[in-house]
Amino acid sequence: MNKLVKDAKEGLAGVKDGMTLMLGGFGLCGIPENCISALVEEGVKDLTCISNNAGVDDFGIGLMLQKRQVKKMISSYVGENDEFERQMLSGELEVDLIPQGSLAERCRAGGAGIPAFFTPAGYGTEVAIGKEVRYFDGKPHILESALHADYALVKAWKGDRYGNIIFKGTARNFNPVMAMAGKITVVEVEEIVEPGELDPNFIHIPGVFVQRIFQGKGYEKRIEQRTTRPKA
Amino acid sequence: MLDRNQIAQRIAQELQDGWYVNLGIGIPTLVANYIPDGIHVEFQSENGLLGMGPFPFEGEEDADLINAGKQTVTMQKGGSIFDSSMSFAMIRGQHVQLTVLGAMEVSDSGDIANWKIPGKMVKGMGGAMDLVASADNIIVAMSHTNRKGQSKLLRQCSLPLTGVKCVKKVVTNMAVLDITPNGFQLLERAPGVSVQEIQAATEGRLIIEGDVPEMQF
Repeated sequence: MNKLVKDAKEGLAGVKDGMTLMLGGFGLCGIPENCISALVEEGVKDLTCISNNAGVDDFGIGLMLQKRQVKKMISSYVGENDEFERQMLSGELEVDLIPQGSLAERCRAGGAGIPAFFTPAGYGTEVAIGKEVRYFDGKPHILESALHADYALVKAWKGDRYGNIIFKGTARNFNPVMAMAGKITVVEVEEIVEPGELDPNFIHIPGVFVQRIFQGKGYEKRIEQRTTRPKA
Repeated sequence: MLDRNQIAQRIAQELQDGWYVNLGIGIPTLVANYIPDGIHVEFQSENGLLGMGPFPFEGEEDADLINAGKQTVTMQKGGSIFDSSMSFAMIRGQHVQLTVLGAMEVSDSGDIANWKIPGKMVKGMGGAMDLVASADNIIVAMSHTNRKGQSKLLRQCSLPLTGVKCVKKVVTNMAVLDITPNGFQLLERAPGVSVQEIQAATEGRLIIEGDVPEMQF
């Protein structure tokens, strides 16, 4: 059992034009920086990207948008990116906006073998258009379907060659549910450790969900909104 | 008229000991600065943390610890971190006692619009639709009128909805109002603001019963 690969390029072997990718992260926090760089370098295009956000102009998925590699974004919030806005308004880029909780649950459902579920989120709004409505306990809910991806690109803190991983801080966000939902899940970590080093009681995602793992390098971890308070 | 901080301060009076609270971006975030003495509440941030603390000291920012507004934050002792699906399980499952969020429009039946203006760049709803669809107790923090002076408290929202029949209370720079089956019930006035002024700035049905007291700070 060895899922260890050399780097992002090897991790992404087999990614082709037109595929659907999931990318973990919230804003720029916990995004798979190495995988994004490799995708930009490889130049694959017409991608459908499922990611809560779309990066900023010069970082994260914004780098892929600059090279026009993304055909469609499935996200909950996509501000902070001029090139994104330009492509969206010109019709080059298709955008599917869905409520954040539904996005997370649709990924989780995809990984958990649940094809669809009912949620109250979005009932009575344009999100509900065309979706089946059912009442449970007198309250309306809409049917949302599971999301799947050819590749899920996940950023974790530490992991071993079995694919067991743990996350740090709020860099966890969408990464665990996406790790579950990829046909091929590629994890980049800040530190590869020996099997047994991670306490089994504290593993966030068991290796069963992971196909490839590698030690990432050169993490920039850019901060989107640096907010501080003065020392008293 | 109240300023943004005073709106937040008035909302903070609604907090109860032991509550888990989700604060939206903008005025709602300021509520954390006015927690009444002797009350312990935990702030939930939908990107996956409970027990959110204040901004870090300069030089102590951690790129791996941010709030839903992508701002660097700290954790309180006893805080916890979880993934996005668990975060919304908390919200949808009604384990969070209070949600405070901003709005562009609220109707007198509790509908809210706060994510999209047709013809303008649409950034997305983020977690707002999940929050308003499920939360038991939703307070909207906003200005009573928009920049053109038009009422934001309407008979019916004109903008695309975020959720229907969900808002319980609205705190504006002019008033505190409950949403009732018959419309906005005026509970309190901002200091120096008259009932007539509130009436004039409210397009939706407004219920005025007896003397309406001024807010107390």
